[in-house]
Amino acid sequence: MLEVKNIQAQHGLLQAVRGVSFSVRKGEVLGVIGANGAGKTTLFRAITGVHTDMTGSVTLNGQDISAVRPGKRVAAGLAMVPEGRRLFPDMSVRENLQVAGEHGRRGDWTMETVLDALPALKPIMRSLAGNLSGGQRQAVAIGRALMTNPDVVIMDEVSLGLSPIAIEGLYESLAQLKASGKTGIVVVEQDLRRALTFSDRVICLLEGAITLEGASGELTHDDITSAYFGLSAKGEERSAAHA
Amino acid sequence: MLDAIIQGVLLGGYYAILAAGLSLMLGVTRFLNLAHGDLAVLAAYLIIYLVATWHMPILWAIVLTLPVMGLLGWALQAFLFARTMKGGFLLPLLTTFGLGAVIQNGIYGVFSSDVKSLGNFIGNLAWASWKLPGHISVGKLPVYIFVASVVVLVSLQLLLSFTKLGRAMRATTVDEEAAELSGIDARRIQRATVAIAMVLAGLAGAALAMRSLINPYTGPTQLIFAFEAVVIGGIGSLWGTLAGGIVLGIAQSLGAKISPQLFQLFGHVVFLAVLWWRMKGAGSLGIVNLLRSLKGGRA
Repeated sequence: MLEVKNIQAQHGLLQAVRGVSFSVRKGEVLGVIGANGAGKTTLFRAITGVHTDMTGSVTLNGQDISAVRPGKRVAAGLAMVPEGRRLFPDMSVRENLQVAGEHGRRGDWTMETVLDALPALKPIMRSLAGNLSGGQRQAVAIGRALMTNPDVVIMDEVSLGLSPIAIEGLYESLAQLKASGKTGIVVVEQDLRRALTFSDRVICLLEGAITLEGASGELTHDDITSAYFGLSAKGEERSAAHA
Repeated sequence: MLDAIIQGVLLGGYYAILAAGLSLMLGVTRFLNLAHGDLAVLAAYLIIYLVATWHMPILWAIVLTLPVMGLLGWALQAFLFARTMKGGFLLPLLTTFGLGAVIQNGIYGVFSSDVKSLGNFIGNLAWASWKLPGHISVGKLPVYIFVASVVVLVSLQLLLSFTKLGRAMRATTVDEEAAELSGIDARRIQRATVAIAMVLAGLAGAALAMRSLINPYTGPTQLIFAFEAVVIGGIGSLWGTLAGGIVLGIAQSLGAKISPQLFQLFGHVVFLAVLWWRMKGAGSLGIVNLLRSLKGGRA
């Protein structure tokens, strides 16, 4: 289980994340919503160790990984599909997957099982990652994360820039991953409807702090709208409280 | 003319070995090591010391020196270069500039400023040659060094393409952060890369000491040649270093054909011409990739 406590992260003088805490169990999907600039990407870059100007604790399966480098966090079972995919463009799809498999943990996810879960990758295994479409790149990025055999995988802006058809295909694959129950999933999603239907629980970030947390089925449209835009029930801005 | 071109091509083999280490390090660690030439000369002095003082066979001296250079590279990256890399663009340059000065003066302090060479220890290989039609004479040693450069580059290509370490090096070259998120320990990969680069510098030092005279202050000139070969061939391109080395070698040989004093000048002029060409945007691909693109391949 991934447990983060009181994460604070800065960009120089700017406080980007303010005291965020949450947990994710194996087999659970946590949806993370929030407007652009809410601090989502900084939060997950801090959790994975890429953003180092931060405080707070990150534990995975009881092991404190707050102070270790990103590569060691992957070895502990935490993977991330970064915003923008960040593939290795001059390497083939097979090599992109292979390199993660060679440096990640051993487990059920192998080249074969990843291809079974993401069949769209099969015909493009020899293609250079730099030549792929957005949807194909996202599938490779997810496959690369799975190859490290994570207990928890964080997917940042998972459907950003993809066509509706590509998003449908992507979520079909993610549904299989969710059904397998092997991995906890944190999915950062701009599409609120999609985030609510796919996730078991949702948190909403605004100006670096959690403004809403709850089971997806129990949250109302008004709850989410208020938390997302920083409005109180009466329509007043809540963001002043964070200033 | 043909004679000068052949000599230039063979000289390019030496430049390729020297430049391959510099290029590899620049690609993976984004670190321009201004002490690269001095480290090559240091390796040359170690080999000369083992051969001259301990009467060790030259091949054994090289075999013993290369792992020492690799360990030195590992240690330099772990304890010096990695720290300076956090300090922005200028600090690594100043640090390696200072390291180069320390190596030069260290060699001077231990071995004096007398010129040295391995030429005295390799028998008739230093001057043996094959006679080709047209009164062209091709030295055996330059041919062997050129063959060694091709073997080195093929080995590096195989390492980068087909090994776990090589794939990790390529991934780290492209995107260190994404490499870390794929489970790669980028710091370890960078140490391994610098170790390999130093082994290549050591090999280049051995070749240099066999084919010419060296002194403690030979390193900076070798760095310039290596850097010119890397830039001409395209930064980060393995085979580009051979192409760049050959272009540089031919330019120098043709310059020397006109006048011995023009040997270096012609190489520098070609280097500047390539830079000017790139500033116009035409040559940003590097020679190897440019040839590929002209053939319709992927740049």
